[in-house]
Amino acid sequence: MDLHFTAHEPDPEEMEAVDRRLAGLPLNGHRRQYLLPVLHAIQDRKGWISPGALNYACQRLDVPPAEAFGVADFYALFQTRPHPPVTVHVCDDIACHARGAEALCAEVETALGPAGESRDGHATWHRSPCLGLCERAPAALVVASGDPPRDQALAPATSGDILSAAVGVPIPQPDLATSVPQTGEPGLKLLARVGRIDPTSLDDYRAAGGFLALRRAFEMGPAAVVREVVDSKLVGRGGAAFPTGVKWQGARSATLPRYLVCNADESEPGTFKDRVLMENDPFALIEAMTIAGFATGCEKGYLYLRGEYPLALARIENALQRCRERGFLGDDILGDGVRFDIELRRGAGAYICGEETALMNSLEGRRGEPRNKPPFPTEAGLFGAPTVINNVETLVNVLPIVIEGGKAFAAIGTERSTGPKLFCVSGHVKRPGVYEAPFGITLGELIDLAGGFDGSGRIQAILLGGAAGAFVTPDHLDAPLTFEGTRAIGATLGSAVVMPFDDTVDLRQILRRIAQFFRDESCGQCVPCRVGTVRQEELLHRLATDRPLGSVAAEVALLKELGQAMRDASICGLGQTASGAIESALARLPIYQEKTL
Amino acid sequence: MTFQDAPDSKIPVPRGPLPVVPPPRPRRAVELTIDGQSVAVPEGATLLEAARQIGIDTPTLCFLENLTPVNVCRICVVEVEGSRTLVPACSRKAEPGMVVHTDSERVRLSRRMVLELLGSSVDLSTAPQIPGYMERYDAHPERFGPPAPPARDHERDLARPGHHHPPHDGHAATVGQPVKVDNELYVRDYSKCILCYKCVEACGTDAQNTFAIALAGRGFEARISTEYDVPLPDSACVYCGNCIGVCPTGALMFKSEFDLRQAEAWDESRQTATDTICPYCGVGCTLTVHVQDEKIVKATSPIDHDVTRGHLCIKGRFGWEWVNRRE
Amino acid sequence: MEETDLVILWGSNAREAHPIFFHHVLKAIHRGARLYAVDPRKTTSAQWAVSGTGHLPLHVGTDIPLANAIAREILAAGLENRSFIENATSGFDDFRRSVEPWTLERAELVTGVPAAQIRELAHAYARADRAVLCWTLGITEHHNAVDNVRALINLSLLTGHVGRYGSGVCPLRGQNNVQGGGDMGALPDRLPGFQHVENDALRAKFERAWGVTIPPKGGWHLSGMFEAMEHGEMTALYVIGENPANSEADQHRTMRLLGGLDTLVVQDMLFTATAELAHVVLPAAAGWCESEGTVTNSERRVQRVRRALPPPAGVRDDVEILCDLARRMGRDLGNPTAEELWNELRTVSPPHAGMSYARLEAEDGLQWPCYDESHPGELYLHGRLWERPVVGPRAPFKAVEHDPPVDELTDEFPIRLTTGRHLDSYNTGVQTGLYASPLRRKAGIDLHPEDGWRLGVAEGDPVRVISRRGSVVAPVRFDPGLRPGLAFMTLHFPDQVATNELTIDAVDPDSGTSEFKATAVRIEPMRPDGTDARLAGRQETHGSALHRPRA
Repeated sequence: MDLHFTAHEPDPEEMEAVDRRLAGLPLNGHRRQYLLPVLHAIQDRKGWISPGALNYACQRLDVPPAEAFGVADFYALFQTRPHPPVTVHVCDDIACHARGAEALCAEVETALGPAGESRDGHATWHRSPCLGLCERAPAALVVASGDPPRDQALAPATSGDILSAAVGVPIPQPDLATSVPQTGEPGLKLLARVGRIDPTSLDDYRAAGGFLALRRAFEMGPAAVVREVVDSKLVGRGGAAFPTGVKWQGARSATLPRYLVCNADESEPGTFKDRVLMENDPFALIEAMTIAGFATGCEKGYLYLRGEYPLALARIENALQRCRERGFLGDDILGDGVRFDIELRRGAGAYICGEETALMNSLEGRRGEPRNKPPFPTEAGLFGAPTVINNVETLVNVLPIVIEGGKAFAAIGTERSTGPKLFCVSGHVKRPGVYEAPFGITLGELIDLAGGFDGSGRIQAILLGGAAGAFVTPDHLDAPLTFEGTRAIGATLGSAVVMPFDDTVDLRQILRRIAQFFRDESCGQCVPCRVGTVRQEELLHRLATDRPLGSVAAEVALLKELGQAMRDASICGLGQTASGAIESALARLPIYQEKTL
Repeated sequence: MTFQDAPDSKIPVPRGPLPVVPPPRPRRAVELTIDGQSVAVPEGATLLEAARQIGIDTPTLCFLENLTPVNVCRICVVEVEGSRTLVPACSRKAEPGMVVHTDSERVRLSRRMVLELLGSSVDLSTAPQIPGYMERYDAHPERFGPPAPPARDHERDLARPGHHHPPHDGHAATVGQPVKVDNELYVRDYSKCILCYKCVEACGTDAQNTFAIALAGRGFEARISTEYDVPLPDSACVYCGNCIGVCPTGALMFKSEFDLRQAEAWDESRQTATDTICPYCGVGCTLTVHVQDEKIVKATSPIDHDVTRGHLCIKGRFGWEWVNRRE
Repeated sequence: MEETDLVILWGSNAREAHPIFFHHVLKAIHRGARLYAVDPRKTTSAQWAVSGTGHLPLHVGTDIPLANAIAREILAAGLENRSFIENATSGFDDFRRSVEPWTLERAELVTGVPAAQIRELAHAYARADRAVLCWTLGITEHHNAVDNVRALINLSLLTGHVGRYGSGVCPLRGQNNVQGGGDMGALPDRLPGFQHVENDALRAKFERAWGVTIPPKGGWHLSGMFEAMEHGEMTALYVIGENPANSEADQHRTMRLLGGLDTLVVQDMLFTATAELAHVVLPAAAGWCESEGTVTNSERRVQRVRRALPPPAGVRDDVEILCDLARRMGRDLGNPTAEELWNELRTVSPPHAGMSYARLEAEDGLQWPCYDESHPGELYLHGRLWERPVVGPRAPFKAVEHDPPVDELTDEFPIRLTTGRHLDSYNTGVQTGLYASPLRRKAGIDLHPEDGWRLGVAEGDPVRVISRRGSVVAPVRFDPGLRPGLAFMTLHFPDQVATNELTIDAVDPDSGTSEFKATAVRIEPMRPDGTDARLAGRQETHGSALHRPRA
């Protein structure tokens, strides 16, 4: 390509950061895929991506600078203007909102100044969407550039801890039992090893039954593994609930090369189960991906991890390294001649990249804009090749399926929702955390498992499934938590978020925050979502400030029309679900009343 | 050369066979039903093409025959029975047995809402297709409140992804902002930009392959931009003007047209458009020369001309200035 | 073009000189076609070539050794198209013998292109299912231009990449009617339709049609005319739409000869440097937007040009001027319209016979030959070579030998200066100088940074460029796409830097084209205090001097 560059030059540090990241990589073919890693390297080193650094990255990767800038400017964790080296992201999303986020923001503002500004040139802070630490709300993430960079997640976060972390003091985090209250209980299938092994030790993992499933899978052969998965009736845990076996079967007959992608870009507000798995049982995910790669005939897997998960990043990086050293990844796994390896990629702050096609664009070094479907990824996915993409929890379910057999797995749960399920319980419950329970547990039973309601005890609403889910009321406590059961009450299981709000919470603020979330996270590609989410937020703002255009009824009617158009005409699930929770609240809860004169 | 060098040879040489173009791969016919009419189209045809074949007019904004469909404006959505959501006609391929509705209530609502969302956020005053669409779908963009004041110069270019100012009380946010005038050939008025991606495609692999502009930012703050918003003369831009050629709203405009409009002297009723051939190389690009008051005011190329497909280079697009020097 | 598998651009920077043609090349590249660029400079076109090996940076004027080495390699590897050669060509054995000495190693030594790259191109071209070979002035602006072209044609005959859909050879024309001008007989020895004036039967046909006697001998081509002026054999010159005062090589000589003419008539749409020398200036309408007619592009497509606006007062159509002139000279040609003239042409030029104005309108132009109204025109030529037996004469191989540039590199003149175009400008800049292109760079000389370092000059510093014929002062610009020892200038801004004061008028005897592409120069940094009077005087004048001539 005849690329043109502005006169800006990189400084030696920037060049070194880029060169180090690219060292040893095959820079032919799809080399643009390294754009995101290189942008991370620059951001990590310098705290922002300067024009000279971008030019250098573009020269190395043969990417037009305008496009690379568009990529950098798409992600919230990248700064494209001069920026202090330390950034504090304070979560003000719904779970944290219910747990004192506003007070925390106020304290941080007092200490550091207004959001986005910096008094000392050293640190600044921003409000952040959900950081996936809801069980220990309120949460913050401190990101400090340098060599090496230092990222630390804090939850529960206090302004004192935040300021200490900002100057480099490590802050110890609470015991795992805070996040997984069931730790050590018998009968767990997905959380069995969580809290019982050292997540950095391959030997520990093996001693606890690790890689038995992989051996079993190699003995069975790929076709038999897929058959077991089909028999298990496992469906995707990412939210779309597509049968995993069907996806895998389709892939087996697709052209080569094919790719396996693990969607670990967990960012649905209120969701943290994948983070807990990856932090505490990282080898399980690698084993499961290897089985999936073996079964579907993929020699290369990509693990796309949410950018805001520094601990999971470190644990997975370590686990990959250990597995490669010990022959559990590579050209001859277990000496059986099976070839498979995993590339770990970090997201950079974009909820939309949890959408599978947006994730693939992001992996390819493009903006995380969803693609139109069809074609589906199994036909034309990553680099245009057939691609199997599964969520973390879905993949981890493959281990018990291989060990115990698909039929046994299908016996757990209900007829149409099989297997064990992880639930993310936060908000006003006594013991928030990740809970494993078979499908079919009722909403009330799950809340009991989490110690019952907390706060004032007077619960006005429960959010099911996340921001893209729906609000239900305490009247729905008997509803079974299955795909079909939630549908029956006009809700969705989504990413298995269960978040009760007591009567001290101003639901109007919660709805506004949800609307704000979708407006901020819309990729901006299609009109219904790009502008629709803006109009939705404006409308909720008018209602929350008691200044409706016309009447409340007229506003509600307009919101319905808006929701309909977003649902019908948006390209992807983000726009299609952006009004769901809000509309459900309006339908069920007496939030906005017509002012009578 | 078909002709012989030597003066005594037969002129021209005997006629040979007619050149043959290899026949295209045969395509199966796909039968489907659109608005109750059955229609057969070749495999690979889109619903838009199928609808056009039976005379159904589908509104489009981001679609253009010489560009790859990006299906982002969503005004062409239609209802396909069995599909949970509406589908974009411009890019969805016809499948056997599909039952399609192009004017159902759902379709009309989404199309109306797309127009209202655009109309309430973008200056559509120089978008030729819009008034007709607004009327056809009874769109009322003012339903979302009066427009918020425009952004200051470069304010939108500095927006951070994932963050925005809270809503302006009772007002509808817009993309309003000052016009970018950084060269003598064309201006960029992003107040008029509906983000159809056409200019990016024309600057990219669909035509020019210069990649001077791309999408930057995210969400409502997404925008067309050079790297770091540098002025065009610092960017990779080669001023082929193919972005102007595909812009559906007049956001990208010849400086000549912009100046005349500013002076309130632009008058299309006094203009003629004449097809001729560009003089600047031997490729033979058709130039449509637009003349008002005996002056060339802009140059375009027909989209169906198979040399240019509507695209030109800087010389053809702008190299006519000397003709206007009449003294 | 879009459906070919391999494209060779030889001496052609189509990305800048033929941008819309290059769009079609890019479509092919995105479809998977491979591009090879043979060019001394790593041009913007060359940057799209096969990564690492697709740009063959040869020394200026070594095209024939390179082509011959490619041919030899194809033969050595047994990749020639035997059956095509046997069926449709002649002179193969002589050709084979002529390329035999051109081993890859020898070619590398002479051309500077690594042997491995020559080999790769040879194999890629010969193995490609479809391949197109295009050239531009990098081939034809040499003293042995015709031989250069023949060397390339030999390659197409050797591989059979000619006369098939997606395979062929193509010179990319620099102006909208270079092809058409030749087709219409604007050549010294041809009548319209390439019919040779020295063929009695053909000449008689025209004499009958026109009712005149046509001189039975070919005339002079442009360079021949200047020769004739030198010898006093030509004393009057009528120039229509050409600016030789700026565009001819060796400008000192050109100006002297033009200035010595008894009569110089210039008919042009702009008041060019040549018009300044004229005794009579006839202001003419702009052919492409102020008058009616046809032009013919590089793919032989005859297309209509139309009047979009009237010419300024006092400015007249070329045809009108010519007919008026004829009337004054005693012959009334009437007041024919462009279409009437075209229809007359159709009666005497068989390949244009089928092209009515109505068809040209309806079919968006037609490609000759188009023998009658039912003939569709021909997408490509030479399909007859694939008939068995071949229809018409066989296509001849022509053995050609290396003949280095006339302007030799010596210690005194060690730098090779070559010339070309920029994207936003056209020839001598008389038209393109008048729009405000943000891309426009001041006229200057492009050097490799290493040469700049050796000379001790920085970007923007003025240097004196001296050839055996003249010298100019120009600011330096660095271009890493050049190689040390190679410099580049354009002809776009003669008012700023008169590049043609440097160039050599060594001419190809067949085409009459000068060797603009190969000048030997020496570059001297300016004295630190030495602001050159010529530079200071000229720097700011570009574009302002040109205006439309008045009646």
